Amino acid sequence: MKQLHELTIKEVHDGYLNQDFTCVELVRHFQNRIEKYNPKLNIYLALNDNALTEAEAIDKEIAEKGITRPLLGIPFAVKDNFLTKGIVTTASSNIIRDYHPQYDSTVIEKIKAAGALILGKTNMDSFAHGSSTETSDFGPTLNPWNSDKLPGGSSGGSAAAIAAQLATVALGSETAGSIRQPAAWCGVTGLKPTYGRASRYGIIAMASSTDSPGPIGRSVEDCAIVTEVISGKDFQDATTSPSPVEKYTESLYAADLRGVRIGIVKEYLLTEMREDVKNLILNAADKLRSLGATVEEVSLMDPHYSIGVYTVIQRSEVSSNLARFDGVRFGYERDTLCEETKRRIMLGTYTLSAGYYDAFYKKAQAVRTKIVDEFNEIFKTYDAVIGAVSPGPAHSLGATKNQPMFGEMEDVLLEPSSIAGLTSVGVPCGFIDNLPIGLQVTSNQLKESTAIKIADCFQRHTQFQLFPDLDKTI
Amino acid sequence: MKATPLIGLEVHVELETNSKMFCGCPADHFGKDPNTQTCPVCLGLPGALPVPNEKAIESCLKIGLALNCRINTLSKFDRKQYFYPDLAKGYQISQYDQPFCSDGFVMLDSGKRIGIERVHMEEDTGKLQHVELEGKKVSLVDFNRSGVPLVEIVSRPDLSSSVEAKEYLKKIHEIIRAIAVSSADMEKGQMRLEPTVNVCIEDESGTHYTPLSEIKNINSFNFATQAIDFEITRQITEFEKTGIEKTVTNKTTRGYDAVKKITFLQRTKEEAKDYRYFPEPDIPPFIIENELIEKLKGELPQLPDQVISGLTNLGIELKYAKIIYGNADALEVIDKYKDDQEIDISKLANLIANKKIEITGDIKGEYQKATRVGNSNADELKVVVEKIIADNPDIVADYKKGKTNVAGFFVGQAMKETKGQADPQTLSKIVLDLLK
Repeated sequence: MKQLHELTIKEVHDGYLNQDFTCVELVRHFQNRIEKYNPKLNIYLALNDNALTEAEAIDKEIAEKGITRPLLGIPFAVKDNFLTKGIVTTASSNIIRDYHPQYDSTVIEKIKAAGALILGKTNMDSFAHGSSTETSDFGPTLNPWNSDKLPGGSSGGSAAAIAAQLATVALGSETAGSIRQPAAWCGVTGLKPTYGRASRYGIIAMASSTDSPGPIGRSVEDCAIVTEVISGKDFQDATTSPSPVEKYTESLYAADLRGVRIGIVKEYLLTEMREDVKNLILNAADKLRSLGATVEEVSLMDPHYSIGVYTVIQRSEVSSNLARFDGVRFGYERDTLCEETKRRIMLGTYTLSAGYYDAFYKKAQAVRTKIVDEFNEIFKTYDAVIGAVSPGPAHSLGATKNQPMFGEMEDVLLEPSSIAGLTSVGVPCGFIDNLPIGLQVTSNQLKESTAIKIADCFQRHTQFQLFPDLDKTI
Repeated sequence: MKATPLIGLEVHVELETNSKMFCGCPADHFGKDPNTQTCPVCLGLPGALPVPNEKAIESCLKIGLALNCRINTLSKFDRKQYFYPDLAKGYQISQYDQPFCSDGFVMLDSGKRIGIERVHMEEDTGKLQHVELEGKKVSLVDFNRSGVPLVEIVSRPDLSSSVEAKEYLKKIHEIIRAIAVSSADMEKGQMRLEPTVNVCIEDESGTHYTPLSEIKNINSFNFATQAIDFEITRQITEFEKTGIEKTVTNKTTRGYDAVKKITFLQRTKEEAKDYRYFPEPDIPPFIIENELIEKLKGELPQLPDQVISGLTNLGIELKYAKIIYGNADALEVIDKYKDDQEIDISKLANLIANKKIEITGDIKGEYQKATRVGNSNADELKVVVEKIIADNPDIVADYKKGKTNVAGFFVGQAMKETKGQADPQTLSKIVLDLLK
């Protein structure tokens, strides 16, 4: 029999209904594991002191009404840039190290309304500036597969929480790779919804024009369930899409992928990429073919151009978004910002300055439009494109030292889809050096169902979604 | 030497919408306890996002339409970035290169057109209060005003005197009030003025332009007039002394000291802020449909100039038409009697404007009483008698010599002139007075 930390959302609900365990027991179980492993892995920054009380109420509700809410009694790990009323929210930055939010972010409101229970807040790159969790002001999170390795980032804590099985499911946010990349490095599943599908209200902004909250979980199914809950128009976020939210869970359990057309992006098999990583992606393509999909090589703009575009736009927005942390109303003074954050503010301030704006910001937006157009063209023929999430497996601790462009280089294969606002699912597709490798399945805006169907079918027909035995790996 | 002032005006108008520009807090902040009308959005708390107030945008478009502007089909918000403790987010949401409205004008009574470059939408800032608290000098911030919708109306430098500037401002003020988007109460800071001034000097050596100065945050028409006049004189004197001409870099920002009645230097262009404008990523761009423009046009009332020219078309003198325009009751009376055969509407307007009749009373009766020459209209009678006296110097001389009975001649002539309408008693009193 599976242990409590090994269960998916559906399995937890089955357990509640069969009275195999209570929510209080499940929460206690996770709390015990957190107590045991968190000191080493540094995944959680803050825990929800009310978790057990909330669990008791949930048990009562289940006893009275059964399970009428989609996330009832599901223990969540939440990235620390989601504002949570009652739990300190820091975005892993010293400047707001003891900030108590006045309100819940919309996504948090939505999961709470669906019955979710928050176990705690997870470590991240400070203000999400990074792809390693190494820029956190509270120390790096370690990779559950190998504690000498980084978990990726910026949602490194949330991905590691799932890999270390310290929560059933987690929330992350992606600006360019921050869900898919740590999910890949930690060997779990992550879903980046379309930009504007889930509300950004109450999430500490990184780059406003690409920030997308999304789930990290044990399976595509769990991610689909959570995405269905958190998506939808929010009157507090003017950039959310008014299109109705599809029933993503209906795209699960496809028997095969007949009729599905998939492009494997030639340019994403980078020359600098390791042969064995390339092979895993090609194997995945073969697997998809064997499931009935048509997989053809397609060509897109060299993803390296996206680094320039993304870097300019993101730094510009960062320099502006962080201006509010001026020490007047809340928080500490600006000298408490970390090096990476200062670097980004300076670069962004420069790219927006008079005389440089046209050369940098405007040019970047023009190329961004080209990238969007190119994807639109591809999606006229294909339902999805696939490629590796990262050029290789998790890097070692310290890899980001003196590498200000570390994240951008690592996220080269994710930035095009992020700046185009697409949806994408990252699923494990194999291991190299005992470290997981991720496959991305990317579809056009608002085509979550398509990406979910492909990734779910792939996942059900492969055995790459594994979990480390922490007593051996860390 | 010929000196022609070039004056442009930036006018900020606070809109009287129910809620603020980007959140649900009340927009009416005047006299409220500090920081009682705030929320995460207008406090700029982490994670908060702006959602544009459609009503405010419609008001902005209405102002644009009333000022003869083109409404831009494609528009967007931008972030204007600078640090100031009253600026919650570290940037102000404003409009940079795609304002809602462009290229309008205001017509002065002289027929001169004052071009309007743009009318755009932005948010107000909080307010600083510098006070002493427990013996310590401190600065407090009140964010009640933070995020209140603000429309900025930017004129071209077409005004050439403070008199023109004042007329322009009055017209803007009337228009804003007429279309009911704001009371534009200057004392409450609902309308704030920023003139930009320089002078074109032509002399034997050629044509020269003095350096531009922008005079910040003036809250009365008279102060604006004074500041402009002071600035024109100052710039001419300065130019005569130094010969320094306008360059792209020597624009200065000045303040106005209403007590000393002088402008003073605040900062030079070298110290000027680079606002690092870029499109506001939290608010998608706007496509303004023709349908909306037509709907808003339909909602506009008659504008001041239209009403006034309607009055002058009835034969009412411009100066009286303006007075009547300023009084809703009077306007109503004129409207009611404009087609009445028994009433000369220009006379009625004259009577109303000069407060000769009570407009809440029986208009017709009062009109008839008032127009009976010599009754209440002694002024008119006086003019008649003056003319007769001027035309008959010999008889006046006789009177002065002691022939007092010749006064009857003047009374008779005046009676003739007024077709017997004049009141004999009033008339003889006027005649005797004038002959003295």
